[in-house]
Amino acid sequence: MKILNCPLNGPRNIQEFVYGGPVQDMPAVDAPDAAWADYVFLEDNAAAVVREWWMHVASGYWFIAERDTRTDDILRTYAPGAPERTGDA
Amino acid sequence: MPFGLLKFGLTKTYPARRILPRQHDLKSRYDVVIIGAGGHGLATAYYLATRYGITNVAVLDKGYLGGGNTARNTAIIRANYLTPEGVAFYKESMDLWRGLSDEFDLNILYSTRGHLTLAHTDGALRTARWRAEVNKHLGVDSDLIYPDEIARLCPQLDLSKNVRYPILGALHHPPGATARHDAVAWGYAEGAARHGVEIHQHTEVTGIHVQGGRVTGVETTRGAIECGQVLQAVAGASSLVARMAGLKLPIKTIPLQACVSVPLKPFLDPIIVSGSLHTYIWQTTRGELVMGGATDPYPLYSTRSTLDFKEGLMAHILELFPFLSEVRVNRQWAGMADMTPDFSPVMGMTPIGGYYIDSGWGTWGFKATPVAGFRMAECIANNRQPDLLHPFRIGRFETFSQVGEKGAASVGH
Repeated sequence: MKILNCPLNGPRNIQEFVYGGPVQDMPAVDAPDAAWADYVFLEDNAAAVVREWWMHVASGYWFIAERDTRTDDILRTYAPGAPERTGDA
Repeated sequence: MPFGLLKFGLTKTYPARRILPRQHDLKSRYDVVIIGAGGHGLATAYYLATRYGITNVAVLDKGYLGGGNTARNTAIIRANYLTPEGVAFYKESMDLWRGLSDEFDLNILYSTRGHLTLAHTDGALRTARWRAEVNKHLGVDSDLIYPDEIARLCPQLDLSKNVRYPILGALHHPPGATARHDAVAWGYAEGAARHGVEIHQHTEVTGIHVQGGRVTGVETTRGAIECGQVLQAVAGASSLVARMAGLKLPIKTIPLQACVSVPLKPFLDPIIVSGSLHTYIWQTTRGELVMGGATDPYPLYSTRSTLDFKEGLMAHILELFPFLSEVRVNRQWAGMADMTPDFSPVMGMTPIGGYYIDSGWGTWGFKATPVAGFRMAECIANNRQPDLLHPFRIGRFETFSQVGEKGAASVGH
């Protein structure tokens, strides 16, 4: 069983969570189509440590995780508004 | 072993068939460089050489021939997709598949088994009927059948109604087939090499040179190569290679896991798939059950295996075949799949002159090997997007004209 440390609920089986995609800035509402297509469809898909949205399904709680996409190590998790140095996993 | 065979091993009159010539030194210039010596890259090289006479070609691979996703799929071949674009594409692939053993003079063990996509819900039945009608319209043999007919084709399936997901019907695709995945790569490699194509294994591309919007060469671990045209055919690492050329792709790299059981006596002829249960299973000629399921729930560049996957897969397999509960798993593996938002490939021309892409092969790459090679060769030779590949062009997302292929494997509907 792989454990993900939820900032709200503590360590839980990763099966209780869903992946929500990389953290990225949303384009302005009136941005050109190409900018929206990039935001919606194109992916950095980096082999590196990336920042991602995850949700704990049972509590509907969204948070941010830093994960290495080469090793599947989850380095840190924190609440979206929290400064990045708190809530180390 | 009969002693008669021994003499063939000891005499020089019958030398072992060597598939690849010994490796050459890298030349400093080729007309075409193909990154990735998997089925798709090798098929492209083969058709470039045999159909267009373009033989000054190098196929480079950071690993060994056919050692990536060509070796990691579950070898199912079918054309019963849902979109007209997809059906036409995979139909052409099946037409090419049937002739490959003759074309290579190498038995690729192409075996027509029939393919059943089970429907456990009204929604799945509706999709099956839709797929059957699209298929028939385009000349692909598919039909919606019900449990009486399913029982005739595959009496081993649990067709009782007192189960969690009773089988209500199935999309029957009689030409559904399998083939020896390695042999396909070997056949294309041998044919291409015979026409002068160079295949360089353990030669990793580390950079791609682009000048004034045109590709001019590649940097490798064995030195730089100048070339006029480059194809990347590296499913699983598509985003990483494309980034070297300055391209951003609509692809997430997500592992797809699979496994085989210990060998059993032959009992299962057709290929059985259940979209609702995220399961597919078929029996190889040596008796192993090949089993796979949905892709992993999140992206990862790794071929590790998880217990979660096996637990879920086995639970669903036992829904269909309860008598397999005591059978052991023999091997497991994973491949890294290029998942696209519309479950269709990303193929053809790119915004960079002379740079071509064959990517987005998700869970549907093996069956497309011949047609991908055939049409990518056409694309490179004519420097023009073939009509059959137009729906799969890289720019379709900017105009929001996705293909929406819900007939893809490992996709829940």
